[in-house]
Amino acid sequence: MKVVIIDDEPLARGIIKEYLSSFSQAQVLAECGDGFEGVKAMVQHQPDLIFLDIQMPKINGFEMLELIDNPPSVIFTTAFDEYAIKAFETHAIDYLLKPFSKERFDKAVNKWLVQKKIDAPPTLNEVVGSPESQNRVVVKKGQNIVVLPVQRIHYFEAFDDYVKIYTSEGFYLKKKTMSYFEKTLEATQFVRVHRSYLLNLQELTRIEPMEKDNHVAVLKNGSRIPLSQTGYSKLKSVLGI
Amino acid sequence: MGATKQLFFIGWWLLWSALQFSVMVYYGISVRQSWMDATVTSSMVVLFGYVMITMVKYFKPSAKNALAVLVSAVALTVLSGGLLYGTLKVLPSSVGYLQWLDRTLPIRFIFIWLMIVLAGINGWLFFFIKEHQQNELREKENENVMRQAELIGLRQQFQPHFIFNSLNSISALAGTNPNLARKMIEQLSDFLRGTVKKEINQLVPLKEEFNHLQLYLDIEKVRFEHRLIAEVRADEAALEMKLPSLLLQPVLENAIKFGLYDTVGEVVIRVEARAIQNNLILEIKNPYDPSSRSTMPGTGFGLNSIQRRLALLFYRNDLLSTQQNENTFTTSIKIPQR
Repeated sequence: MKVVIIDDEPLARGIIKEYLSSFSQAQVLAECGDGFEGVKAMVQHQPDLIFLDIQMPKINGFEMLELIDNPPSVIFTTAFDEYAIKAFETHAIDYLLKPFSKERFDKAVNKWLVQKKIDAPPTLNEVVGSPESQNRVVVKKGQNIVVLPVQRIHYFEAFDDYVKIYTSEGFYLKKKTMSYFEKTLEATQFVRVHRSYLLNLQELTRIEPMEKDNHVAVLKNGSRIPLSQTGYSKLKSVLGI
Repeated sequence: MGATKQLFFIGWWLLWSALQFSVMVYYGISVRQSWMDATVTSSMVVLFGYVMITMVKYFKPSAKNALAVLVSAVALTVLSGGLLYGTLKVLPSSVGYLQWLDRTLPIRFIFIWLMIVLAGINGWLFFFIKEHQQNELREKENENVMRQAELIGLRQQFQPHFIFNSLNSISALAGTNPNLARKMIEQLSDFLRGTVKKEINQLVPLKEEFNHLQLYLDIEKVRFEHRLIAEVRADEAALEMKLPSLLLQPVLENAIKFGLYDTVGEVVIRVEARAIQNNLILEIKNPYDPSSRSTMPGTGFGLNSIQRRLALLFYRNDLLSTQQNENTFTTSIKIPQR
């Protein structure tokens, strides 16, 4: 059983290691102090189980998970975060509230051991979104991780199982759904103008009529985005026209 | 009855007695007779005027039942007039005076009626103003209570994150380094004691606030080990200046949070305090990465609550400011000295 511990506090990692020593089959392959290191360790070690803190430098625990293609089983460890608790109640193997006892820790690990035997443990696909996810999107470009403030996003375009995120530097791909972004981002700034398009209103310069009753949105950089009937009326109501 | 009200009635009584006395003497009525008539009339007017004021006080008439007030004024007039007439008749007097009394009876009634209505209006105005003032006072008190409550609320919002993470560190140290664990428990206790014992409006010398801050920083240093470096500097004069208690810790918490969470390596937090004219100027600097930030560190809850607290305490909105250049985020706080 390959384990990776990701927490920005050395002492917090220490206690997990200490508690794990009673599980002889557990092997701590890496300890990471932030999400970037965490992503690297996932690729390098392919762990079975990770202990993951939520609040960390640069990117938080949820954002780190989004960057991994086949996320391992996760036990969250966090100090106090009502929001996080809500988010992972349904998704994680378990979550440990710091400070946690050895008994509580053993219970979480045993829960994982049982689930592993029966079936594949639940995966974290669509986490509701952390507080940070309203303000930024974390994407991967090759080996680099890019933290993208939402202001820099022009629009989102559906692309099979992925979403293309357009910025002035080109687009990024992320394995998410359109409705995830529609739900998470500020509705007054990002408007779903089409089944396949979510538009940043700050980028909009004008709306032009097309043949028949159709309309198209023209962005500051000249991009033209089709508007659906409902998308057009939604856009009009947000803009107050 | 308050002393001013008593004086008012005595003054009223004296004024009208003197006036009536002078008029009667001027028209040739004997001094003794004039004196008797004037005092009895004035006493009657004052007595029933007082009754009228009391009535107005309890019934608090509005414009709608002004008629009721006039009617009761008439009733009181008839009563007092009758009483006056009876009293003056019984008192030993000359025949000429009694005839004169009968002749002046209508004028007396009108006079008494006017006086009673005047007393009523006077009383009504008095109570109206008093009630208004009381309302104002109550509103002010309410505002004050709300302000206090808000201040208390603002101050208590230090991050529970800090407490729970510290406890987790202690738990980790308990196994590996019990001595350090014990030391950290002491530090955390001292810190918490510092946060509970202070009054919300209390101004403390910067020296004292720095001691409290040091406890906080020592704990954070244990949590983040070598990553956190804090440099605290102050000039002599600034150390003696006063600021609201527990003001700096949330600012530092904010700076550490954004400093640590924005950078992976070592983080230097600088705190500088200077005395400039009659102000205490505090500057807190933390590193940050502008490229990955959509929200500025200053927009978080930490600084908003500080801003609000300063506004409630000093009635000013310009005491906290932030600025970012390149990779440094600076929070500046100005505390006017009283």
